[in-house]
Amino acid sequence: MTPELGQLALVLALLLSLAQGVLPLVGAWRGNRALMATARPAAAGQAVFVALAFLILVWAFLRFDFSVQYVADNANLQLPWYYRIAAVWGAHKGSLLLWILILNGWTLALAIFSRQLPEAFAARVLGVLGLVSVGFLSFTLFTSDPFTRLLPMPANGADLNPVLQDPGMTFHPPVLYMGYVGFSVAFAFSIAALLGGELEQAWVRWARPWTNAAWGFLSCGIVAGSWWAYAELGWGGWWFWDPVENASFMPWLVGAALIHAQAITEKRGSLRAWTILLSIFAFSLSLLGTFLVRSGVLTSVHAFASDPRRGLYILCFLAVVVGGSLLLYALRAPKVMGGRPFATVSRESALLVGNLMLTVAAAMVMLGTLFPLIADAFQLGKVSVGPPYFGLLFPLLMAPVVLLLPFGPYLRWGKGEGGQLKSVLLRCGVAALACAIVAAFFVGGRLKAVVGVAAAVWVGVGVLLYVAKRWREMPRGRRYPAEMAGMLLAHFGVAVFLVGVLLSESLSVSRDVRMAPGDSQTVGGYQFRFDGIRQTTGPNWHAEQASVTVTRDGKPVDVMHPQKRTYAHEQVQTESAVDPGITRDLYVALGEPMDPARLQGAWALRVYYKPFVRWIWGGGLFMMLGGFVAATDRRFRVRREARERVVAGPVESTAREVRA
Amino acid sequence: MNRLLPFLGFVALAVLLGFGLWWNRWHDPTAVPSPLINKPAPAFDLPQLDAPSRTISKASLLGHPYLVNVFASWCYVCGEEHPTLMTEAQRLGVPLIGYDYKDAPGDAKAWLAEHGNPYRLIVADRSGRTAMDFGVYGAPETYLIDARGVIRYKRIGPLTPDVIQHQLEPAIAALAKEAP
Repeated sequence: MTPELGQLALVLALLLSLAQGVLPLVGAWRGNRALMATARPAAAGQAVFVALAFLILVWAFLRFDFSVQYVADNANLQLPWYYRIAAVWGAHKGSLLLWILILNGWTLALAIFSRQLPEAFAARVLGVLGLVSVGFLSFTLFTSDPFTRLLPMPANGADLNPVLQDPGMTFHPPVLYMGYVGFSVAFAFSIAALLGGELEQAWVRWARPWTNAAWGFLSCGIVAGSWWAYAELGWGGWWFWDPVENASFMPWLVGAALIHAQAITEKRGSLRAWTILLSIFAFSLSLLGTFLVRSGVLTSVHAFASDPRRGLYILCFLAVVVGGSLLLYALRAPKVMGGRPFATVSRESALLVGNLMLTVAAAMVMLGTLFPLIADAFQLGKVSVGPPYFGLLFPLLMAPVVLLLPFGPYLRWGKGEGGQLKSVLLRCGVAALACAIVAAFFVGGRLKAVVGVAAAVWVGVGVLLYVAKRWREMPRGRRYPAEMAGMLLAHFGVAVFLVGVLLSESLSVSRDVRMAPGDSQTVGGYQFRFDGIRQTTGPNWHAEQASVTVTRDGKPVDVMHPQKRTYAHEQVQTESAVDPGITRDLYVALGEPMDPARLQGAWALRVYYKPFVRWIWGGGLFMMLGGFVAATDRRFRVRREARERVVAGPVESTAREVRA
Repeated sequence: MNRLLPFLGFVALAVLLGFGLWWNRWHDPTAVPSPLINKPAPAFDLPQLDAPSRTISKASLLGHPYLVNVFASWCYVCGEEHPTLMTEAQRLGVPLIGYDYKDAPGDAKAWLAEHGNPYRLIVADRSGRTAMDFGVYGAPETYLIDARGVIRYKRIGPLTPDVIQHQLEPAIAALAKEAP
């Protein structure tokens, strides 16, 4: 009976989302306040029903209700409770429900915190979110109902894909979705502005923390996914330019561009059309990612169940949402144009260059991701586009961004002066050069590593110089407002990231070895001794576990335990062992036994020495932190309070106050 | 016009994605076609596993279709494939030739003695150089070569009863049809 209640809750949520999507928009168009006022209650009601449906699905997993097909497909009696909860979003249907839940969460937050916005504008924003929700709820109900019954009920279920039975995987999808869906706020905002035909700078200011937070979540989600791939897949890699990874990376790139474009539009009123376009792109790319992942159009290492019928539905949805938005943009964008001109040397132009490079990079990633499809269409044969393409073009496109990054904060809005820039250029340049020369001795002249050190020092010193300048020149308490602190943190993250990527890429040592018990191998100055295999078990798996003793110059470093796990249904999963460190990771993955009949004999092992690899995720976390910190800036709230106070006053004064 | 560009770009994208959906209904996106399919198999001249002094060449096999199954004693998946070959090889109607890939002859013989020998004859490619001409990714792989020495079908990975029934047998049947 309970699963049917879940289904009913989803149907009610769909009806409410229809109300939320249609009535407020009509109300805003007609100037009917009663219709506009339906937006918030509809959003709240919808959130309640979706949450109810989600909890019912969680409950079905917790009490092993195998009469629900989705539960029977993704859990069994041996699966521990925490992975049963994670199994809710372990496959297509449940992850769609999670997406909807998060969309409702963001909508609810928006409904609560949007009281300061003009009534018609808030109604339009919530209406647009309602329409997005209609699309996803009907997608769930008509093609991917998670509550479908399975009769007769099996005694035990299948298993959650063992690849997903990892702590990193339990929170990777929710956090990633927080990011994807978070861009829907900026999107709804832009559509509302286009519909209404005007865009106040104050509204952009109000939208900024939402974009920053969404981007922070997306950064965190990507870091978690990358970390998981590194620890779980046993290849020692952290990024593979796989279609599914690219699907999350494109919105991230455009989101980074959007954050900066919003800053320009909010502070100067310029580039309004561009900001709107980027908002549409960021959310569209999130939807495109869903399409690519769920439709099976592209092949990927991520084994998602795909279904052409679902693909067709998402494609139609994509056509309506993205096509409709871009058409609206084409028709209405001239209405919201405006802003002040700016000089060649100014903060605006620097940000614009960064913006263009990030957007072009996103386009480049999209071209590479879709190229196999283009090749099919034009009969170019089977083509696979991989690291050689991305690995060449991406650094080229990002080089100008890295070069410009230290100057950004020093440039003034409108026009900048050259003098200060020269001193920054000089100091960053000298520091980068000096460190590069020193580093060259340590890395044996490997160019990539030297470039990595130089680029990281260039960016890092640029950021620190600005931190010092603010410290000297500003009174205590006004030195680092949250918005600026966030910016500095994220930029510093770029420096950390550069160290991680370029040093680990160029200095890593990996070796595939055959080792019998007692054998030793030296990799990267560390001695790895294989001490044999023993059997071990977990809640729903048993494993062969190797014992590898690591020493350096005779001193013990660590004993590592890579495993080869066998889950229910004989699914085999490697569990690599990582000895983490700030300057290096040691990484051992267990391969196959040389002789399957003799497990105590020799095994194939893969041993890695990966310097600075941890800095990659460290950099990503700094960027995430930057996004979150910037989102908390009081300025985004304080002015609104000021605005509220003058709402009672004459309309002209409000406008003047906001533009000032 | 400029403002329509994003929209037009998206229309092109949507058409491409629609095409992708349609295309994948008729094609397996994971299939990696061998560039050698419907091309003559590379010439080879390899010693037999049992009698290294005698060699088998491509020319000596012309005239009737045959299957080449790449295997090795060090290959874990080959061990999983082997029972299928033991039961199915006889009824396929074409001779199955074993291709021992990068293997020590002693290891291969011991492995076959333990698991059984489904092959009509076995050639040994210790260096793996000829395998490179065939484009072998890794063991196991299976090639169907017709009477004129042309590769007609290739399987990367193990043969399973399902693959044999749905892919290999139709390919063999197609050869039989064009034979007369």
